[in-house]
Amino acid sequence: MKSEYDVIVVGGGPAGSLAARTAAQQGLEVLLIEKRQEIGDPVRCAEGVGKVGLAEYMDPDPNWICADIKKARIFSPDGTMIDISEKMAGNEVGYVLERKIFDRAVAKTAARAGAEVQVKTQATGLILEDGVVTGIRGKQRGNDFEARAKVVVGADGVESKVGRWAGINTTLKLKDVETCAQFLMTDIDIVPDSCDFYLGSKYAPGGYVWVFPKGKREANVGMGMLGSHYKGKHPIQYIRDFADWKFPEGKILETVVGAVPVSGMLPRLSTGGLVLVGDAGHVSDPITGGGIINGMASGRIAGHVIAECIKGGDVSAKALSKYDRLAREELGKSLDKNYKIKEVVTRVSDNTMNVVAHSLQGVEFENFTIPKLVKEIVTRNPGVIKELAGLI
Amino acid sequence: MITVNRYRCGYCGACVGACPQNAIDLIETFIEIDSNCNNCSICTKVCPMGALELVKDEE
Repeated sequence: MKSEYDVIVVGGGPAGSLAARTAAQQGLEVLLIEKRQEIGDPVRCAEGVGKVGLAEYMDPDPNWICADIKKARIFSPDGTMIDISEKMAGNEVGYVLERKIFDRAVAKTAARAGAEVQVKTQATGLILEDGVVTGIRGKQRGNDFEARAKVVVGADGVESKVGRWAGINTTLKLKDVETCAQFLMTDIDIVPDSCDFYLGSKYAPGGYVWVFPKGKREANVGMGMLGSHYKGKHPIQYIRDFADWKFPEGKILETVVGAVPVSGMLPRLSTGGLVLVGDAGHVSDPITGGGIINGMASGRIAGHVIAECIKGGDVSAKALSKYDRLAREELGKSLDKNYKIKEVVTRVSDNTMNVVAHSLQGVEFENFTIPKLVKEIVTRNPGVIKELAGLI
Repeated sequence: MITVNRYRCGYCGACVGACPQNAIDLIETFIEIDSNCNNCSICTKVCPMGALELVKDEE
């Protein structure tokens, strides 16, 4: 490890790796650090990803694809099923990944592009000069170090400490965080090409349960709940209860826990000498919690803007705010819209969900758009208009 | 003070992201809470495992 780089990326997830790869491809000297001793492990993810989005950043590889998903099924609290075909199902249908391998593969593309990669290497603080970030303080295998950089990229995920060290408030409010627990279960009866979602306060208050196949008889069985809906029962207990009910014979190969920002994009993603990408910038989707594609998108945009700023000799807050602008253009609109929808749907009662699900029985979901769906729901359920008013 | 049950903790970092004081650090499998903690106990609500607990300080 050297004492000076053009760019230091803190965090070796897909967002950080894309920032590192893009910056390295532009000829910059890049250091990518990961505080864990392995990139990709432990996993904090349900591992579902849209095919179209993914192909923008990585060529699909059977080494890290566990399942090919054709449809989604949504179960209302009383068990009423809505079957959604691939055309309608959107970004959460596509592949279920093996993140342990996928994250390494993405990091490898950064390394191949020329980035230096260091693991078991943690940032513990920032070096600031006149309010501008000029490097990091860190620890590597117990030894303190300092390294300078023209730009530091905070890709430190939901923890998002790097941004806070630079004065950006990244703290997640309880109403803006999904707290999650998941089992990798085997020997269970599932539909291997369907991502299933279960709604309702019994198993996932202000969130949902997911069953994402990872093989013919294997799946990520997890749940996320809104932090503000906590009433003494933690995600691990909810998912235990769901698994006992749905897959009593299943065996658990892995326990996964984590949290997802559902706040919508931070109002500010950059400052002098610093940008935030991925979950650290809260670019994960407020409804689905999906963050892989948005994270990689933000990482790539950041890499390009950083390269431009460094080559132009200006890494001031003003110059780097171009990243804010471009990220907001590409991701901000749908994140803002989905945040508003999330604020409504997390308050919808179980009863209303059931009523809506019943009304949608027999609806052909192929060639359906979200506005058409909302119109359909309202037409069929004039009584729920009040509750859903904020959606429209 | 906030205590961490290290046998229950899944070292996911949820508490780190939700801590308004930026008082929590996750190092590999260890959660460390520094003196900036003001016992607001938000971390106990966001923990997926229920590993964090607010206990009364001994006088």
